[in-house]
Amino acid sequence: MVEVRLRVNGADASLDLPPQVSLLDALRERLGLTGTKKGCDQGACGACTVLADGERINSCLALAVQYAGREITTIEGIAGDGPGHPLQAAFVRNDGLQCGYCTSGQICSAIGMLAEHGAGMPSAVTEHLCADGAELTDDEIRERMSGNLCRCGAYNGIVDAIREFAAAEAER
Amino acid sequence: MRPFSYVSAPDVATALRAVADDPGAKFLGGGTNLVDLMRAGIEQPDTVVDITSLPLAEIGERPDGGVRIGALVRNSRLAAHPLIRARYPVLSQAVLAGASAQLRNMATVGGNLLQRTRCPYFYDRTAACNKREPGSGCGAIGGFNRGHAVLGVSGACIAAHPSDMCVALAALDAVVEVESVRGVRRVPMASFHRPPGETPHVETDLSPDELVTAVELPPSPTAANSRYRKVRDRASYAFALVSVAAALEVRDGTVTGVGLALGGVATTPWRARRAEHALLGAPATEESFRRAAEAELAPATGLPGNAFKIEMARRAVTATLRRLLTEGSPA
Ligand SMILES: Cc1cc2nc3c(=O)[nH]c(=O)nc-3n(C[C@H](O)[C@H](O)[C@H](O)COP(=O)(O)OP(=O)(O)OC[C@H]3O[C@@H](n4cnc5c(N)ncnc54)[C@H](O)[C@@H]3O)c2cc1C
Ligand code: SF4
Ligand code: FES
Ligand code: FES
Repeated sequence: MVEVRLRVNGADASLDLPPQVSLLDALRERLGLTGTKKGCDQGACGACTVLADGERINSCLALAVQYAGREITTIEGIAGDGPGHPLQAAFVRNDGLQCGYCTSGQICSAIGMLAEHGAGMPSAVTEHLCADGAELTDDEIRERMSGNLCRCGAYNGIVDAIREFAAAEAER
Repeated sequence: MRPFSYVSAPDVATALRAVADDPGAKFLGGGTNLVDLMRAGIEQPDTVVDITSLPLAEIGERPDGGVRIGALVRNSRLAAHPLIRARYPVLSQAVLAGASAQLRNMATVGGNLLQRTRCPYFYDRTAACNKREPGSGCGAIGGFNRGHAVLGVSGACIAAHPSDMCVALAALDAVVEVESVRGVRRVPMASFHRPPGETPHVETDLSPDELVTAVELPPSPTAANSRYRKVRDRASYAFALVSVAAALEVRDGTVTGVGLALGGVATTPWRARRAEHALLGAPATEESFRRAAEAELAPATGLPGNAFKIEMARRAVTATLRRLLTEGSPA
């Protein structure tokens, strides 16, 4: 057992864990934060996406002990106690989900993605690598979100929701 | 997952000592390959030495004009770095073509160099696999081998090397810096990965107690005009069937500099020396490109499941060079 001090959604939690426990299992099984989902447990689906210091990662391939002291944000932290996050509302308005299993991961991933895009990071479909800030076209959104699979195939609604939210944020 | 003990190394000396004293120890980078393989029971270390706190996460210019990349630089940071985007665009593109954004945020340069094959028989502990269990046979040779290699193969193993980043590093003549308690040494990319031969479980030139500390990119005027092309079963988030990293310099219609490497088709990141040899000094024309691609693929041996890759690789090489000639680099 090792003592792991996690910081999740702004609160500190100290857990005694065997080092093989993933961050995903620590969140779900020890902290009761079941918003983060387990799809493949192999890094291949994105359902387990959370933010670590604002960067999106797959919590299924992260050992909890390796993320001690990092600022972890899950969908519960993004939603907050109030009416929820505007990106959640955009998903609902645009039919960005059917069963909803992939949705927490999609939303955490989209928030991380918009921060990456805002910082000028290119993607595999960015035509000019050195140009400042590639425009967030639908092709860019699809490529940058390709780490999140949706077995229901709600992709069109997901892209619509992200585009709508990003445009509203840009106007603020 | 088999239980193990966990140590986080604060500095390189501690990390090196931890593995030197313990043959069952393994370094942990981003964990995107090692944790997966441990969960599948394929890797079973007694001790996991977390190296992500080591001060090896910088990218900097070298006095000779080249670039030094710390082994703990995350893949996403590598691809986005201004020096890499401007001077070695093929490397940015190759990294961005691999895995997903989440995985690239976790994965390190050292881990990417040492990632293991995605051969499905290697992952299936009930299957025969000489790489996982020397002498047990190879499930892929008479089985499902659509993703497997056509170059550098042996009768013991035909697993394709999965990395995109490494293909660009091979084309760029990168050098890997490694350190152990015995000291520091430099290994050129061309000899870092080993073809399977009769010992497919030996994959690199590295001893188990050696730590990759950095990758060095030599200065290169050719590298600024470079591109990566990846052919795969879906548009994103899939391993390569065929990939090409190419750098090209043309003066007065003649090829004066070239770096070429192939991914998805070979057991190691494949430096295309035959094609480079055919191209240097040749006119920069479609015909030369095609001839160079043919020379490179001449020794390829396909199986019913993967022979399609031979023609696919020829076309991908030709198309990448053509695009570099007509459109230049994506920088
Ligand atoms: C779903 C999925 C899709 C993927 N798709 C692609 C793809 O399309 N293209 C591609 O190229 N890759 C792909 N990958 C693989 C990914 O790039 C690798 O898993 C990643 O680069 C490994 O880096 P890491 O830091 O996480 O390594 P780890 O998992 O931490 O380590 C991997 C190995 O390297 C060793 N190691 C790590 N660092 C060092 C060091 N500094 N010195 C010595 N040894 C070290 C470890 O002991 C271990 O054996 C994919 C992975 C997944 C899970
Ligand atoms: S190709 Fe190599 S890794 Fe795959 S089953 Fe054969 S021996 Fe194992
Ligand atoms: S559960 Fe982590 S990527 Fe699928
Ligand atoms: S909404 Fe069902 S998996 Fe995406």
